[in-house]
Amino acid sequence: MDSPSSPASRFRTLSGIPVDAVYGDGPAPGEFPYTRGVHAEMYRTRPWTMRMFAGFGTATDTNARFCELLAAGGTGLSTAFDMPTLMGRDSDHDWALGEVGRAGVAVDTVEDMTDLFAGIDLGSVSTSMTINGPAPILLAMYVVVAEEGGVDRERLAGTLQNDILKEYQAQKEYLFPPRPSVRLVTDVVGFTTAEMPRWNPVSISGYHIREAGSTAVQELAFTLANGFAYVEAAVAAGMDVDDFAPRLSFFFNSHSDLFEEVGKFRAARRIWARWMRDRYGATDERSLKLRFHTQTAGVSLTAQQPEVNIARVALQALAGVLGGTQSLHTDSFDEALALPSEDAARIALRTQQVIAHETGVANVVDPLGGSAYVEWMTDEMERQATEVFDHLEQLGDGSLLEGVYAGIDDGWFVGEIADASYRHEREVNAGERIVVGVNEFTEGDDPSARRLLRIGQETEEIQRKRLATVRQGRDDGAVASTLARVVADAAEPTINLMPALLEAVRARATVGEVVDALEGVFGTYVERAVV
Amino acid sequence: MNGSADRPPIRVVLAKLGLDGHDRGLKVVARMLRDGGMEVVYLGLRQTTDTIIDAVEQEDADVVGISMLNAGHLTLGPRMVEALADAGLDVPVVIGGIVPDEDRPAMANAGVAGVLGPGATAEEVVACVRAAADARD
Repeated sequence: MDSPSSPASRFRTLSGIPVDAVYGDGPAPGEFPYTRGVHAEMYRTRPWTMRMFAGFGTATDTNARFCELLAAGGTGLSTAFDMPTLMGRDSDHDWALGEVGRAGVAVDTVEDMTDLFAGIDLGSVSTSMTINGPAPILLAMYVVVAEEGGVDRERLAGTLQNDILKEYQAQKEYLFPPRPSVRLVTDVVGFTTAEMPRWNPVSISGYHIREAGSTAVQELAFTLANGFAYVEAAVAAGMDVDDFAPRLSFFFNSHSDLFEEVGKFRAARRIWARWMRDRYGATDERSLKLRFHTQTAGVSLTAQQPEVNIARVALQALAGVLGGTQSLHTDSFDEALALPSEDAARIALRTQQVIAHETGVANVVDPLGGSAYVEWMTDEMERQATEVFDHLEQLGDGSLLEGVYAGIDDGWFVGEIADASYRHEREVNAGERIVVGVNEFTEGDDPSARRLLRIGQETEEIQRKRLATVRQGRDDGAVASTLARVVADAAEPTINLMPALLEAVRARATVGEVVDALEGVFGTYVERAVV
Repeated sequence: MNGSADRPPIRVVLAKLGLDGHDRGLKVVARMLRDGGMEVVYLGLRQTTDTIIDAVEQEDADVVGISMLNAGHLTLGPRMVEALADAGLDVPVVIGGIVPDEDRPAMANAGVAGVLGPGATAEEVVACVRAAADARD
């Protein structure tokens, strides 16, 4: 990484004082257990990826936003799908009414995926896709789009969220029961491990657990427990831990209590490293390194005086950077009101750029390391998370995977999260916690000044027409036979479903058709309603 | 405050209508209403107008509360109101979630009895549901 100037001259404070990469004793960044970071030089040599999540309307609408974000200096893409897509329903399904293209982009067939990435070189950009239940289907579509555009799958870089366990615990976008769903996750892990070396097959996500109302400790513990569960599932499927673990990645929330968040990120790295080495026998250093994406806390954003959210987002983003994140999404200030407007999304990206280029925090690795408070907080996070692991291990008779299944089945996760959420709400309600602009400092709200993104009703009609056109133009016989193979392969747990899924989407089977086929074998999941 | 002795507690059916899985707010509202002395029938996720109407009839509910954070309120809110009317049920609908201020007149015109946005306090939530129930008498 030599540049014309020496490193010493490249990293100086605003006043010109040269600064070292690391300060303090103990295990250095890049050394086990990676508490201080997964790389020795961190942002000096590897700036975090400014990955802005976007998606609304039709694929063509979202493609325009992608192109704007890339032109504005964004360095990775992140796709938000609409609710019908996330739930594996086509845009012309009864359930989809009123929801097509509203909270993300509508994707029914590989043709939509083609439009979504039109004009973007899939061989050079990295793409994150936030989807879980139908994740293997959407991955198959992405591979087919690349293939039809002349890009081999081994060149594709990106991340599929594909974290189904937290859906039962928090986000609730599940399709099938937990066990066959984990088999699908494992199939994706097996497929990408063999054929897509630059792809992260699972983004083990605490983000949604936190958004659903958990504490920082619960977010940390439940997420890592889910991670261990996937490791156990993949090993049980016959994979070697060091073959797939280097490609597992994480996704955390960054909330408003800055030091608690930094402690959480540091503890996450340390716990993962220790467990992967000591419990799961990983020896490849890359298996031990917890890499993560961070998003600022959507739930912390207020509808009242929304401009104040810009300050909240900046501080939360700072916590993510001080905690050593590998990529970051900053929320737009208007997200408590609507999907992000273009101006608000730009300000959010600019916020990251201010942190990266003006504050100097990226010049030194783990700058809070060695602070008595931060070190204590890191230890405390680890201690409390360990109590949760112990509980789950007990539930699962020594298996974290079984423990997580048990915690889902008996409503333990949702109950814990709901309790934490209500506790917080009552504290805010009682004025024990101040939320600026909501229960204190409430003057100055000006609803007339807001310009919100509106998704018109026409999106739904356009998308339905598009789907009808694709249905008309395809070979129905081929669709039927590829779907029959999906059903047959689904019924045989030892077969990897990805080849059958690739075949089906290549034949222009829709997301909904493939999900229906899988539901016929796996069944559906209905949550017990617990308040 | 929690209902006078000669009046039974207000019964509220709470549900997520449609595909949206964001249920944090609805669960908090359920507990707020319970703590406010109401009876809550919590249906949870992925309900349809039909399943909600069934619950209203079976539970003899006074108010329906639906939660939407998916920007589907302009379509699904009026649909719920119409479905209740079509079923011959005079039960007011309160919507909670992310509803931009500019949409509130349209919601009111469609017959939605109340809208609760982010940051509503327990007192506001209880008062809104109580007002909806009282307006029906």
